Amino acid sequence: MNAESLRDLWLTYQSTVAFIGLNGLLALSVYTTLSCGQLSLAQAGFMALGSYASAVLTLHTQAPFPAVLLAGTLVPALVAVPLGLPVLRLKGVFLAIATIGFGEVVRIFFVNLDFTNGALGLVAIPQRTHVLTIYGALAVALFVLWRIQGSRAGYALEAIREDEPAARTMGIHATAYKLSMLVLGAALAGLAGALDAHFNFMVEPSSYSFGRVVEMLVFAVVGGTTVFYGPVVGAAFLTLLPEVLREVGGRIGLQPGPLRLFVNGLVLLLVILFLPSGLVSLPRRIRRWLEARRAAAHAA
Amino acid sequence: MGQQIVNGLFLGSIYALFALGYTLVFGVLDILNLAHQAVFMLCAYVALALVLHLHLPMLLAFPVSVAAGGVLGVLVERVAFRPLRGRSDSNISGLISSIALATVLEALALQLFGPDVERFPFGVVPDRSLRLGDAVVSELQVVIIAIALAMLAALTYLLRRTVLGRRIRAVAESPAAARILGINVDRVIASSFFVSSALGGAAGILFGLAFNSVSPDMGRTVELKGLAVIILGGMGSMPGAAVAGFALGLLEVFTVAKIGSSYRDAIAFGVLFLVLVVRPRGLLGPAALREA
Repeated sequence: MNAESLRDLWLTYQSTVAFIGLNGLLALSVYTTLSCGQLSLAQAGFMALGSYASAVLTLHTQAPFPAVLLAGTLVPALVAVPLGLPVLRLKGVFLAIATIGFGEVVRIFFVNLDFTNGALGLVAIPQRTHVLTIYGALAVALFVLWRIQGSRAGYALEAIREDEPAARTMGIHATAYKLSMLVLGAALAGLAGALDAHFNFMVEPSSYSFGRVVEMLVFAVVGGTTVFYGPVVGAAFLTLLPEVLREVGGRIGLQPGPLRLFVNGLVLLLVILFLPSGLVSLPRRIRRWLEARRAAAHAA
Repeated sequence: MGQQIVNGLFLGSIYALFALGYTLVFGVLDILNLAHQAVFMLCAYVALALVLHLHLPMLLAFPVSVAAGGVLGVLVERVAFRPLRGRSDSNISGLISSIALATVLEALALQLFGPDVERFPFGVVPDRSLRLGDAVVSELQVVIIAIALAMLAALTYLLRRTVLGRRIRAVAESPAAARILGINVDRVIASSFFVSSALGGAAGILFGLAFNSVSPDMGRTVELKGLAVIILGGMGSMPGAAVAGFALGLLEVFTVAKIGSSYRDAIAFGVLFLVLVVRPRGLLGPAALREA
């Protein structure tokens, strides 16, 4: 393979590679709150805040790109604090519903905001995001989450996830931990939003609907939410799968849109039913199964 | 004014039917069934197909597709909820598996019927209108409100006066105690899903008739509105869901009339948010809603 064809290959798959990184960041933002047992579905709202904040800065000021990214990260994080204080008292399904409500209110707010062209959104945002920027951000996010796992804070989060009243009894400040993880998740979603806005040239309210946050959740759950890199594995798997399926599905006469939806749903269903720890637990499962088979053969 | 009230009650009756299905399952299982909106949508398609291809009159197509919705609900329970029962995180994983199933069903609808809006043929529904004081009411609106109220009454009767209703209430109270008393808990749960999805399906058909449009994504908005309704009414409370459904319908219609249509959808979520933060048990919910 010569240099020319390598470059063509890169040009063809560049955006897929970029989307794997962006989806990885989004999946991690759902994972951060899940890691202490809280299901927050406000992530699309946070992403919208990050996208819009950064796009407005780029279009209306001369701010350098790093400052723009920082703003896109900080705005949703700051919004997450007053949101989290009342909302995090809710548990389980109630928290999920309240955060769905928040996400929809953010979307409807942008639909009605004339300053950002309402439902049409912002267009012609200069492309500043490089694929390497995305992977740099992803690496930093993974590093932070890796350091948290196995640290004192990591054990505290695990304790809250397993049994919050017990964790509180042991002196763990559960509210502070839950709020920190919500803020961290909001920051990651905002950063992904800012990167996305400067990669796709445009920002429109309809891309931050309930369906978007469900997609992020699917990435995280399919990859696995027990280890910090699980969500990224899920995002990579589910971003690549439709590319492969498009080829196969086209040949047997299925439309790509419904097929992608169908496969996403089916994969999620199979994983939650049969592989609750996600795809990352698959190698261990297979190894254990092989060992059991070998032991059985030995006994026989 | 009178016109507004009629329109609000009409919209509210669909919200109420949809939300009752949600809250029935939540009351029994403490699980939110997010595949409810897919049943809502598929039932509308079943009714449409019966009318278009088998040329059934609406009077016959309606009960048949409502029953189909109930059967679909039993399937949803079988696939997305029963395998997870007994798992420690079953209320979150049930939420996720029902989202997954809803996605699969929506994809099937997209593949089978295409993304475009489909309409009921002309003349399937009555299109005369009546005058009621200063309000103009279409016959269809009257029929829809009447069907919704009749189903509410039937549901109340079922839950209060029949053996199945007593069993459902017993399982909602405590599945373990119900099992000790010799109740087949799995079968009762399946029956609640049947009833719940029949209600959701009926709401879907009425919605399709009311706006004369059926599309694969028609359940999306109603799903989120339904969440607002059950939160406002109080999770698991049947009278609460009915009252809150009508309340949200009226609230939305008056918002459109007074403030304008752009913030109509924000009302539901504003209400939802406020109720969760200020009074999480809702209007008529049970006093103790905190789970450990």
